Amino acid sequence: MAEEKKTPEQLAQVQYTRPGYKWMDPKVEFKKGSYNYGAVKENAEYMSLPYPRKWQPFDADWNLPDNWQEIIFEGMRERLDRFRSFRVFMDICVRCGACADKCHYYIGSGDPKNMPVLRAELLRSVYRNNFTAFGKVLGKIAGSRPLTIDVLKEWFFYFYQCTECRRCSVFCPYGIDTAEITMMARELLNLVGINIDWIVTPLANCFRTGNHLGIQPHGFKDSIDFAVDELEELTGVRVEAPINKKGAEILFVAPSADYFASPHYYTLLGYLALFHEIGLDYTWSSYASEGGNFGLFHSAEAMKRLNSKIYMESKRLGVKWILGGECGHMWRVLHQYMDTINGPANHLEEPVSPITGTRFDNAKSTKMVHIMEFTSDLIKNNKLKLDPSRNDHWNVTFHDSCNPARAMGLLEEPRYVIKNVCNHFHEMPENTIREQTFCCGSGAGLGTDENLEMRLRGGFPRANACKYVHDRFGVNILLCICAIDKATLPPLLEYWVPGVEVGGIHEMIGNALIMKGENERATDLRGTPIKEVAEGKEVTEDV
Amino acid sequence: MPTFTHGDVSIEVDEDGFMEDPELWNDEIAKALATTEGVDELTEEHWKLVHYLRDYYLKFGIAPMIRKLCKETGFPLKKVYELFPSGPAKGACKVAGLSKPTGCV
Repeated sequence: MAEEKKTPEQLAQVQYTRPGYKWMDPKVEFKKGSYNYGAVKENAEYMSLPYPRKWQPFDADWNLPDNWQEIIFEGMRERLDRFRSFRVFMDICVRCGACADKCHYYIGSGDPKNMPVLRAELLRSVYRNNFTAFGKVLGKIAGSRPLTIDVLKEWFFYFYQCTECRRCSVFCPYGIDTAEITMMARELLNLVGINIDWIVTPLANCFRTGNHLGIQPHGFKDSIDFAVDELEELTGVRVEAPINKKGAEILFVAPSADYFASPHYYTLLGYLALFHEIGLDYTWSSYASEGGNFGLFHSAEAMKRLNSKIYMESKRLGVKWILGGECGHMWRVLHQYMDTINGPANHLEEPVSPITGTRFDNAKSTKMVHIMEFTSDLIKNNKLKLDPSRNDHWNVTFHDSCNPARAMGLLEEPRYVIKNVCNHFHEMPENTIREQTFCCGSGAGLGTDENLEMRLRGGFPRANACKYVHDRFGVNILLCICAIDKATLPPLLEYWVPGVEVGGIHEMIGNALIMKGENERATDLRGTPIKEVAEGKEVTEDV
Repeated sequence: MPTFTHGDVSIEVDEDGFMEDPELWNDEIAKALATTEGVDELTEEHWKLVHYLRDYYLKFGIAPMIRKLCKETGFPLKKVYELFPSGPAKGACKVAGLSKPTGCV
């Protein structure tokens, strides 16, 4: 990557002109920086996926099974019968184009096949050709295409250039869920052994050890213990972080990156401080040690297998309900699929906050509450002592992570919390936040190094909106509630908007939280001196 | 699968140059891998980082938390990037013969 890295000025030169070929002609160039590596054979085998083999997208021969077309057609037939939404989404689109310029990948690449409508047409054209009478009779005139190897390669290329963020769906007059189309396409590709490593390796890791990173129980404990020690050094308060504690009231599940990567780690410190301060009777689990679920990016079956550990563990530990951390796509799985694929969780109770008595009716069926709902309720009921001035060195903006925003409507809670723990908060332009939030450009399993150029292109609209508040208000940190965001936004912002850090909301809570028996805080959770930095910065007015 | 050759060293690596079989790792391989990371000579500080990673890996089967790595080696993250320009995961882990961390990282 390093030798051919483009400058931001070069990458921002996007051509939105008509390409010199017709959309029905499949045309894919596997250029470094715009695709992901194929799945590692051993991990595909571990997950019992079809046709595991050594394979890379740039190989001329994909070494497909002889009857690969039949397999795809049978897979389509099965899914058209099984998922009514799939058939509706194949039939209903009138190609109005409302979605065309809403996709971050289209905006950042100018490639027409990244218009959601056209990306979906890549699949629809085959559907028409093989599953509709008019398509069979009228052929090309009706927008039909036969399934050739080049069409399959095109599916791979473009359906792994969709982050399933669903921004386009917000603008679709029919409400076509483009993420579901991508999911179907990826399931079909899986049937003939076409998968990417960044999804399959986390799947295998998670299935084996309980988390995407493959951290084993003793490593998990080592990391949590380290965080407890460091939190004590920072605050003077020794907290407990129980793991696999039977009979705890609440099971807490966070994305594994929270106890591995930075800046996620500071959010972990925030959780630990908060739970201690309110005296929460909770437990971590080394078995259900992953909130995220890369199965969502692969197939319904994989998603179900990974997700099953959460209810299983809640049953084994005998908790009453489950609390979930700052994670993005996890919430699409938990909020929209969990209770039907692995529930009903009759062994759990309807979640009630033990601190405020608030009943979380919205989580009645899943029995799992989002930590932003939980914490905002604590603040609303005056259960936390907060000193927002400890975050005065941070001038913050908030990036709505796609899934909490669009898949569960979590729009107000994060903002309410931020306003209570930070004095300087500025929103990005309104067509780039809330339901219309722009993706980080690296979700749905695409956050790889080999795909970096596409990530920088796809993340450009988000970075551009961030640049606006950075230039105008001096914003120096972008907060988010998703682990993929926390991993992929730092390099994105470093590229497009140097000078803006990335953090979690519970990190800011941890900074502001006045804990009983704490030392005077000299630094924030990152170890940054609070005073010196604040004095060195120009203080901006809120909007 | 690519083979990486440097001097007397010849090992199987993945597309990004990470060792396929971390068990085969030794100091000579580390020196050879370092050249792919723009590190021509491994100094005492490089070795401190590499050996810390290696020891942790042998105990836990994975790299340590980045924060833990920084704290226990005494190198701030910035310093880690100075030593290994592509960072702790891509640079230092590669030289220490660890596999790439995957997921939301």
